[in-house]
Amino acid sequence: MHSDNASPGLRLAAWGGLLFLHFPILIIVLYAFNTEDAAFSFPPRGLTLKWFGVAFSRPDVLESIKLSLQVACLATLIALVLGTLAAAALYRRSFFGKESLSLMLILPIALPGIITGIALLSAFKTLGIEPGIFTIVVGHATFCVVIVYNNVIARLRRTSQNQIEASMDLGADGWQTFRYIVLPNLGSALLAGGMLAFALSFDEIIVTTFTAGHERTLPIWLLNQLSRPRDVPVTNVVAMLVMLVTMLPILGAYYLTRGAENVTGSDGK
Amino acid sequence: MLGPSGSGKTTCLRLIAGFEQPSHGSIRIHGVEAAGLPPYQRDVNTVFQDYALFPHMNVRDNVAYGLKVKGVAKAQRHARAEEALGMVALAGYGERKPVQLSGGQRQRVALARALVNRPRVLLLDEPLGALDLKLREQMQGELKKLQRQLGITFIFVTHDQTEALSMSDRVAVFNRGRIEQVDTPRNLYMQPATPFVAEFVGTSNVLRGELAQHLVASPQPFSIRPEHIRLSASAIPGDVLQLSGVLHDIQYQGSTTRYELQLDNGQLLAVSQANSQWHADAAPWQPGQRLHAHWPREAMTALRETVLDEGR
Amino acid sequence: MMRRLATLLYRRPNLYLAMLLIPPLIWFGAIYLGSLLALLWQGFYTFDDFTMAVTPELTLANFAALLQPSNFDIILRTLGMAVAVSIASAVLAFPIAYYMARYTRGSTKAFFYIAVMMPMWASYIVKAYAWTLLLAKGGVAQWFVQQLNLEPLLQWLLGIPGVGGSTLSTSHLGRFMVFVYIWLPFMILPIQAALERLPPSLLHASADLGARPRQTFVQVILPLAVPGIAAGSIFTFSLTLGDFIVPQLVGPPGYFIGSMVYAQQGAIGNMPMAAAFTLVPIMLIAVYLTLVKRLGAFDAL
Repeated sequence: MHSDNASPGLRLAAWGGLLFLHFPILIIVLYAFNTEDAAFSFPPRGLTLKWFGVAFSRPDVLESIKLSLQVACLATLIALVLGTLAAAALYRRSFFGKESLSLMLILPIALPGIITGIALLSAFKTLGIEPGIFTIVVGHATFCVVIVYNNVIARLRRTSQNQIEASMDLGADGWQTFRYIVLPNLGSALLAGGMLAFALSFDEIIVTTFTAGHERTLPIWLLNQLSRPRDVPVTNVVAMLVMLVTMLPILGAYYLTRGAENVTGSDGK
Repeated sequence: MLGPSGSGKTTCLRLIAGFEQPSHGSIRIHGVEAAGLPPYQRDVNTVFQDYALFPHMNVRDNVAYGLKVKGVAKAQRHARAEEALGMVALAGYGERKPVQLSGGQRQRVALARALVNRPRVLLLDEPLGALDLKLREQMQGELKKLQRQLGITFIFVTHDQTEALSMSDRVAVFNRGRIEQVDTPRNLYMQPATPFVAEFVGTSNVLRGELAQHLVASPQPFSIRPEHIRLSASAIPGDVLQLSGVLHDIQYQGSTTRYELQLDNGQLLAVSQANSQWHADAAPWQPGQRLHAHWPREAMTALRETVLDEGR
Repeated sequence: MMRRLATLLYRRPNLYLAMLLIPPLIWFGAIYLGSLLALLWQGFYTFDDFTMAVTPELTLANFAALLQPSNFDIILRTLGMAVAVSIASAVLAFPIAYYMARYTRGSTKAFFYIAVMMPMWASYIVKAYAWTLLLAKGGVAQWFVQQLNLEPLLQWLLGIPGVGGSTLSTSHLGRFMVFVYIWLPFMILPIQAALERLPPSLLHASADLGARPRQTFVQVILPLAVPGIAAGSIFTFSLTLGDFIVPQLVGPPGYFIGSMVYAQQGAIGNMPMAAAFTLVPIMLIAVYLTLVKRLGAFDAL
């Protein structure tokens, strides 16, 4: 649905909306280079790179970055395995309970994070598991699965079932078909899903608040910083970094998954 | 395998290929029981309706795929792939990706890919359905030639009766999950076994019930092809098979003219007459006129009613 | 050996399915659903106010306590915010989505798409933090207000009871703005997708049948965008309902459902009451989902 000219009002509303979405992000970037050390004052008096050095020499910052990276990697790995398995099981055959199964996968992101968080926390307590990196990873993996699942199942649905049948018809067994046909088709979807899951895990705070115990992931570190006005410049630098880590995968995932349609070799049948 | 959509011909093909397994019964391919075997253990290859080329492989790798998974060495499988591409007049196209090919070329790649394995049976699932008419007619000829040349069985699924008649040695007509008749194209047309076959293959007048009783003193239905019926303004005297009715419609169709006669019981009788005379009247009869239709006894083919047990 | 296994799995599709399904089933069935049900079950446990101890004696007292005025206020406050945020997001999102769907194509459309996706995925906590910077005393918002001489207007807005507060960053208005900002992209994309599916022939048909552009908009476009709006509102509603970080950072004191759950299980140590409280968003969302399902929201997700 494309037509020639939008009214100036609509055009203004659309571009204004985009500006509204990006303005706070620009502000974060701007403040990361702010020369002042205490204030929220606007406009900034000058720009500097000094705070990057300060931030990266702080052991608590480095500690949190390391933990967040570890958690995100592990959670992404688990999500890739579980999400792919679930997608492979659910994309074609229908069986009893299929609907409720896919609902269950979506539940951790459909329900407010606080519910997942407190439920896991009380379960860990009951089982006597000490909160730590393990419990954080369990929480993150739970809501990351659906991201991978969505990416993979979308790709599987687009991969024509005929391709899999053609492969078997030509003499390839299940493994060979998976290796030569399914995996190459799935590759970029897995990468995209993995990147998104990584970003989601890296940024998560609500579930993490419950499952982290004394550990501090980067978002929790940030939250704690907000009650410490003296550290504002370091906080600003870290905030910008977290934002970049969470925004860039979007670009990557977008380029990996676009244009994946329309390549099955048939002419718009 | 010919039949309307939903008649079970594709399911039958998939059973032969091994994509579906029968709940009971057996499938024999050249005498060897195949039921229960997965597709990769059957000496059968398929040309898919949408070609199902692998988009991430070039044409040569597509064609060589079957050899690759069987463990044929690279040099040899490339040579054989090239040979198969030559067979479908696509030599030199090996480096291209499927998206760079036209519909007709993709179709040939799919054919080469299936033939490179030298299967004992080749299955073709409406392979020409996506092509335009001209290309379609050309491919029909080429497929036929290829089949003669290779000498392997082609099983060809189509819902187009002209295609089925012109390409096949034997045709199986499917209706509602059953085969109604297996026969040569000529027998299928001249001696249809059931009312369904009579009406699906070409056009036919199926007369049953009281009409049949009246004409041949038997309740068994029979079929008469429109081109075997003659019309006349007055009744033919003597012991001739004839019916009278009111001319309902006249359609000029180039080489023939088609008349529709409404019989006294309301049934429409199709009559087709060749326009072979140079100076014939444009329209010797007018709609609304009462006419008599008559035909020789040999033109009638007795049919058996298909009994469908809906339970299965 | 591998081939034999492959053939076995091919012949026994149920075995194959089971092999695929067992790991995710264990994870979600045992870990996730298990904890969820265990949590709800704890809502029936008894909490002793004096000893601060939880005993597994079953009671309905916790759920009854939800209806106490102080607790019920929290629920109403949160619900009101969730509804307000959903409505405001829909109003703000519609022109952007409409412009994206109708007036952009090719690279401009891709640009808009990415430009909406990036803020959507950008770190939640950083976005919340950015707003504390924006709304702070002497911050960006105040600077703009001063430059544009809008202080009287701001003072008037902050003076409205139930909306305002002493400063922007401690007002309901400020909190509302942060919520709308953070969840807005979740509303834009479903609406855009719904509008994108609208075939142009429909608009031509409407115009052809004599409708003026405004009539076409009201009679054709808006009704067909409703599933998209409903789908988007699932996110804005549910996410606002469970949030406890934004209410903690911006706005006046006073609990939200999320912060109440957090406080009950943490500082107060009353896990049964926290569990009872989690039932509220679950119920509200369940009710909401059945409502929007009728609007076709699930087909637009």
